[in-house]
Amino acid sequence: MSNFIPVLQSSSESGADIPFMIEGLFSYKLFGQTFWITTSHVCILIVMLILIGFAVAANITIRKAQEVPGTFQNIVELIVDTLENLIVGTMGKKGRVFVNYISTIFLFILISNVSGLFGLRPPTADYGTTLALGLITFFIIHTMQIRNHKPKEIWEELCSPLPPWLPIWVPISIIEELAVPVSLSLRLFANILSGVLIMALLYAVLTPVAIAWPSVLHGYFDLFMGAIQAYVFCILTMTYTKNAMGEHEEA
Amino acid sequence: MNISGSDLILAFSALGAGIASCAGIGAGMGQGIAAGHAATAIGRNPGCKGDVTGTMLLGMAIAETTALYGLLVALILLFVKPLG
Repeated sequence: MSNFIPVLQSSSESGADIPFMIEGLFSYKLFGQTFWITTSHVCILIVMLILIGFAVAANITIRKAQEVPGTFQNIVELIVDTLENLIVGTMGKKGRVFVNYISTIFLFILISNVSGLFGLRPPTADYGTTLALGLITFFIIHTMQIRNHKPKEIWEELCSPLPPWLPIWVPISIIEELAVPVSLSLRLFANILSGVLIMALLYAVLTPVAIAWPSVLHGYFDLFMGAIQAYVFCILTMTYTKNAMGEHEEA
Repeated sequence: MNISGSDLILAFSALGAGIASCAGIGAGMGQGIAAGHAATAIGRNPGCKGDVTGTMLLGMAIAETTALYGLLVALILLFVKPLG
């Protein structure tokens, strides 16, 4: 009877037939718990090594920067310039503090998403990675809010549609605040996971005829979706942070 | 043919996964509305094509989120072992 549902069957028996699951490579015990080193860790390490290598090369090039830039110096300057214009354009002048952080996050998410093209399992298709990114955003939002507002203003904002002596709306506002990291991380995770899943199913079912034409789908799911999602994550982080920072420093 | 309880659980989790995919309807409508309005805006003022395209892609990516929640529910129903 369960032959009608091959996907379900394979997952309930072995789970290894369609290669999109996170696989454990190596386990160790710590404080009585079993931890696993998975493919996500390995892929994230590879992505980090690529980024660190790029950063070191860029640093060496910029240290002896020339008046007429060479190819690599041109590329580095283009990337830094574009990101800085994007961030300052979205967050205003006082957003210059965040240029380093947002650029790092953007490059990391972009390289992670695109790494599916090179046979890795994208680290952002693991909820652990994206939840960590979402939580960092959450803490930045609230640090900026506490730093830039008085406690009374934060309380007024929590009960915002109603007057501050009537705190009926507070639980709903708190849920709304807590939904920010969840929705940010789930959006990134589910987008990348859907790409990984569709490609894995396609290769599992259509292996004999999957010649050259899946590259179009790879271009859509890995390159286009990956770039869009990295952009969306950064734009939303910047918007939330800008809202939390408030307007009263603008003058 | 004997249908046991575990067969029913598998069958209904597959059905539920299909129903959860209906979340795509709303997201599709939202994305269509966004793309249509963007096309209207570009038709009125072709100079603003770059800005409109960026805003449209951002809005579409956010409208997609609800469909992705449906996808997650479907994936959980299909791949998290319902029989333990």
